[in-house]
Amino acid sequence: MSTIPAAGPNASSSLTKPRRKIDAVSIASFIALVVTTFLMLLPLFFMVSTSLKSKKELLKFPPTFLPETWQWSNYKDIFETLNFGQMYANSLIIGILTVVGTLLSSALAAYGFARYRGKGSNLWFMLMLSTMMLPYPAIMIPQFILFSKLNWIDTFLPLIVPAFFGSAYNIFLLRQFFSTLPDELFDAGRIDGCSEFRMWRQIALPLSGPALATVAIFAFIYSWNDLLTPVLYLSSSDKFTLPVGMSSFTSSRFRIPPWHLLMVASVLAMLPIVTLFAIAQKRFVEGIVLTGIK
Amino acid sequence: MTHRESRRQTLYMYLFIAPWLIGFLVFALYPILSSLYYSFTDYDIIHPPKYVGLANYQEMFHNDLFWKSVVVTLRYTFISVPIQLLLALGFALLLNQKIPFRGFFRTAMYFPSMVSGVAMSLLWYWIFNPSIGLFNYVLSWFGISGPSWLMSPDYALYALMIMSFWTAGSGMILFLAGLQGVPSSLVEAAKLDGAGRFRIFLNVTLPMISPVLLFQLIMGVIDSFQVFTQAYVMTQGGPNYSTWFYVYNLYTSAFKEYRAGYSSALAWVLLIVVMLFTGLIMKFSNRYVHYEGGGRK
Repeated sequence: MSTIPAAGPNASSSLTKPRRKIDAVSIASFIALVVTTFLMLLPLFFMVSTSLKSKKELLKFPPTFLPETWQWSNYKDIFETLNFGQMYANSLIIGILTVVGTLLSSALAAYGFARYRGKGSNLWFMLMLSTMMLPYPAIMIPQFILFSKLNWIDTFLPLIVPAFFGSAYNIFLLRQFFSTLPDELFDAGRIDGCSEFRMWRQIALPLSGPALATVAIFAFIYSWNDLLTPVLYLSSSDKFTLPVGMSSFTSSRFRIPPWHLLMVASVLAMLPIVTLFAIAQKRFVEGIVLTGIK
Repeated sequence: MTHRESRRQTLYMYLFIAPWLIGFLVFALYPILSSLYYSFTDYDIIHPPKYVGLANYQEMFHNDLFWKSVVVTLRYTFISVPIQLLLALGFALLLNQKIPFRGFFRTAMYFPSMVSGVAMSLLWYWIFNPSIGLFNYVLSWFGISGPSWLMSPDYALYALMIMSFWTAGSGMILFLAGLQGVPSSLVEAAKLDGAGRFRIFLNVTLPMISPVLLFQLIMGVIDSFQVFTQAYVMTQGGPNYSTWFYVYNLYTSAFKEYRAGYSSALAWVLLIVVMLFTGLIMKFSNRYVHYEGGGRK
């Protein structure tokens, strides 16, 4: 301890020296950040500005930064060109039901893994963890055959029903959370004659708002962005989800892609995600950290 | 624990995990096992499967598209995943300092990750357009006249790699969380011992965040083995099969050519490769990854 308050002139000069060095590094970092941030945001800027350009202005090179005429009608046209409103609604319905299913089933399973030590619980838990690495393409063919035998092709069921049977990431995340809840709470509940299911619903769930919100957000984003599953199952255009419908923009249906509408679609597609981010930024970041899902 | 208590615990555990357990058996275990069976059959989904032994696996070895898809996927993985990780780590290190507008920079770096999936593919489809797109315009600021990117067999795969760097922000958030877990006492101690910035990073910070690095490496590799959206939306595997990714190949042979048997063999190879890679990375990392409070395991 006695060496720290070194008040002599030598000590203070050796203290200021590294500080100046840090400043130089900070300035360099700041410049690097400004440049990379500019490059990262440039595509987003052009996404929005292109979405408001007229058909004629699209083909200009170099591209204009701001639209010469702000064509807000593009945001109306998209609903006529593609069946955009229907697709948006489909994606929302599937997304919301997926969230409901994921929350219910994952919270149940997570509670089972967190609160009870039964025969085989470790084995099942390890199996559950290992399914996190299971690539969907490896199981999609038998799943497809299974669902086609059930006559579920061209319905939303194959996209929604599996969510009601838990997903490994979310079970893991919630289990970690439930494990931190103090035992005393549940002991008190038991003494008061609470059933196990009621303890789940009235003690564990109300205390897990943040963790549940994180799960809900990420389940929604996953469902919202998923392309492969709906491509396999949905064939009639009035059932298309947003990603399926939007992917038709680059197909041969258009000889020259309608770039402005394509950008309108992209802007509208990211809107719910940005909204979620704005209202629950902390949960969002937490979710990325806890699950590593991007 | 009494006998009765342990029976009670077992009962409730199974009651609560029942939804997952049923899902696991029906939507994971059954498909895995039945695709193993299908992989030894000739099966067009409509007619019953016909046992053909190892024929599907043998065909794979002589199939040019299979090898093409393996090469494309491995090239994409081995180039893009390390660069993505480096970028994410670099951004995180920059933003872990006390710097003005830090919150803004963090949000701005993460923002692109919100445009994922098809929306991102459409945006970059335009960006890479050789005659009107943004990318060649930015290159022209530096006097470079860019190639035709997605339309060129030589550049299409690189274009997709560049696009993947745009979402390095989500990896950055993971690294930031890791960096915040590095105790400042360790850094201070190293400073007192006269260690420079680089030494502190190499000998203190890096070992402390190595579990995060390992996790991201594994997930990055697994994810890029499964690239589908970009190939489906932006290139349809082309031009000249230069972006013929493994999963795109699997999708085409299963759902365009209706060869469920052969595709199941492809699926099983993917499964085994993913498990092997995960195992290899874990085994290799045992020596290098530092886990707080529990030796090396």
